[in-house]
Amino acid sequence: MINLETPKKFRPLVDQANQVAKEVLRPISRKYDLAEHTYPKELDMLAALIDGMNEGSDIGGAGAAGVRRSADAAGAGENRNGSNLSTVLSIIEMCWGDVGLLLTMPRQGLGNSAIASVATEEQLQRYGGRWAAMAITEPEAGSDSAAIRTTAELDGEEYVLNGEKIFVTSGERADLVVVWASLDRSKGRAAIKSFIVERDNPGLKLERLEHKLGIRASDTANFRLENCRVPKDALLGNPTIDVKQGFAGAMQTFDNTRPLVAAMAVGVGRAALEETRSRLANAGIEIDDAVPALCQHAAAARFLELEADWEAARLLTMQAAWMADNSKPNSLQASMAKAKAGRTCVDVTLGCVELCGSVGYAENELLEKWARDAKILDIFEGTQQIQLLIVARQLLGKSSAELR
Amino acid sequence: MSTQKSVAQRSMGLGLRALGALAGSPALDKLGMRKQTEKLLYGATKNGFKAATAASRSFKAAQGLSGGPARQSATKAASLFDITPDDEQQMLQEAVKDFASEKVRPAAGAADAQTATPAELLAQASELGVNMLGIPEQLGGVMQEKAAVAGVLIAQALAHGDMGIAYAVLAPGAVATAIGMFGDEHQQATYLPDFAGESAPAAALALLESRPLFDPLHLQTRARRSGGEWVLDGAKSLLARAGECELFVIAADAEGLGPALFIVESSTSGLSVQAEPAMGLRPAATGRLLIEGVRVPAGALLAEGRREVYAECVQRARIAWCALAVGTAQAVLDYVIPYVNERTAFGEPVSNRQAVAFGVADIGIEAEAMKLLTYRAAARADQGAGFAHEAALARRLCAAKGMKIGSEGVQLLGGHGYVKEHPVERWYRDLRAAGVMEGALLV
Repeated sequence: MINLETPKKFRPLVDQANQVAKEVLRPISRKYDLAEHTYPKELDMLAALIDGMNEGSDIGGAGAAGVRRSADAAGAGENRNGSNLSTVLSIIEMCWGDVGLLLTMPRQGLGNSAIASVATEEQLQRYGGRWAAMAITEPEAGSDSAAIRTTAELDGEEYVLNGEKIFVTSGERADLVVVWASLDRSKGRAAIKSFIVERDNPGLKLERLEHKLGIRASDTANFRLENCRVPKDALLGNPTIDVKQGFAGAMQTFDNTRPLVAAMAVGVGRAALEETRSRLANAGIEIDDAVPALCQHAAAARFLELEADWEAARLLTMQAAWMADNSKPNSLQASMAKAKAGRTCVDVTLGCVELCGSVGYAENELLEKWARDAKILDIFEGTQQIQLLIVARQLLGKSSAELR
Repeated sequence: MSTQKSVAQRSMGLGLRALGALAGSPALDKLGMRKQTEKLLYGATKNGFKAATAASRSFKAAQGLSGGPARQSATKAASLFDITPDDEQQMLQEAVKDFASEKVRPAAGAADAQTATPAELLAQASELGVNMLGIPEQLGGVMQEKAAVAGVLIAQALAHGDMGIAYAVLAPGAVATAIGMFGDEHQQATYLPDFAGESAPAAALALLESRPLFDPLHLQTRARRSGGEWVLDGAKSLLARAGECELFVIAADAEGLGPALFIVESSTSGLSVQAEPAMGLRPAATGRLLIEGVRVPAGALLAEGRREVYAECVQRARIAWCALAVGTAQAVLDYVIPYVNERTAFGEPVSNRQAVAFGVADIGIEAEAMKLLTYRAAARADQGAGFAHEAALARRLCAAKGMKIGSEGVQLLGGHGYVKEHPVERWYRDLRAAGVMEGALLV
């Protein structure tokens, strides 16, 4: 039965996440935007709280870790609202608070999602409860992740990793780094696997931390891997090079994480829209649902346009998560959600700065910060262009060789 | 001058079509109206611009009026997020999809050119029951519960065939739904049995007026009190099959009440129609309704003129137009995919180029988004929850992205998209309607 409302059973979780965002994240939002590279120690207590919320809970928590596709789905044909949807909903709330802080939330990194998505049960046990960052990008391989040069060579009972990784979110602060490397560069995509590297491994050398446009509360690290030795069972998932399956194994992570990043964009967008709506109301502009947009003040019409796009991003995101919960293939819808949410978040936050004028532009308020934070959400976990490529290939039935 | 002449010709064409429809109507003889009607039509043909409204059948309240009007109940509020239609909705959707692809799409080009939907197509659609969704079960309807979602699914499926034909088909249902939802027991008993019966009348829900920045809450059509009656004056725009309509629900600014809805039978003196062909929706044979000193009894007012009822009507109409835009947007997507895959340039399919492929991706993304916003508004309406905000957002998105999709559909075919050999130029014209139309349809 068609119903696109937030399910009743998740409302307490959503309220709780909103409370946390309001009481904990918002008050320190500007502080860590200004104090880049300073660890937000307030998050330690919060992370413990979130661990508690997740404990023994079927419905996931406020972080990115809860996206494993469970086999215990409801019976065939029965509609299920599970951890993918609940995680998306709580991320929206948290990022309404502050997306930079969410990104640096202990134990809720995208590396954790990768582990949740492709790890064996044994690996899940071993790495459970630890904070994992994700290292894919290299100086010469951004969107083209098949072009990565970092290598992994088997030497007895260990893999030896060599290469360079950049833009590793939470790279400095995490306990583990999930490193993508090739077992055999002559075998292309199929040979790319992910490896779990302990952060204190002497072969994993922190080169520097980036200074960024936004999400400054989150550290972004560059690493060099120099004869970095990891045990054989640190390889996530299946070690065989299956040319037929190609990149699919490694890419599986993204079907689960793209809705999460889309959710971040939805959260930031809502923050900007809410603030702008109330500022416009104070300026005497009420947005009227009954009156055609073009019969209203230009600012109201613009606001409605932004909000409609935002609602589109939100529902696409919920749809992608819902499909994952129901074990429906969702790579098309996940990329649709990420593409729409990424670009909409940028349009919405920049539009809100413009609508609010100098109030929006000055650092006295958070609107300008949200507009800076927003841009990364249209870039990481697959840029706008990559999402469009994925959507187009699926719609047109084309391979990556045909549509490049 | 030449354009004026052609408007006049087209207008006469409408009068003649009305004549054709009336000539065989046994209702005329039964009512002893033939002479009067012939005279009216003669006048219409002579001066070219104006034609009589169709003669209406004799609407009479059925016996056995029970206490209070019949109403469809709200659906139970669903506890889970879900984008799957229920079994009943899926059956309806499948039936209409088949009809749209087998009957509607093949007829669309000719219907567009002739500014008319074939009568047999209208009859077949009527047999599918697409206009009975808003009629309470007790009055011959088929749905026990509110059926905005079902209405959206049907409108979407029909518009995938053709938006103009969908408008022609669904317009009478808007009147049935308005009376089913807002009518008192006398109004329901008088009109609904005919809509539930085999030869449902053509009818139009007339809100839109012809001027820039039209706001349905500020109407220029007025209703003033006169004795125990109402007298209506004004004009309404772009009504489907205006010349055939036997019944109108007319929105007018009612003295002392504000915008309100009136039930007006087409034979009422003071009504006339003009052809008003437009950029698109041409199979709906759109026309203008002129309302000059039209007297109706007090009982013609719907829902005692309550403002919230009128506002709800406006919102439900917007959802219906969104549903049409969704169906046509999906038609564009389904059409351009094989085209860009087969069309070659520079030695390979044009879809191998990102500029083309990204255009297709954007159509896919925005059409999907339009669908989700429309479904959400409709589902809330069925649940009895507020939906003004959701309908406004759906309207905004469908107006903007629907048009963008219409334009991109032509662009992706290049020069071939601009000629009538392909339907994308028709969809370009039709999709503009989603941001323009008010009223006329209802879910």
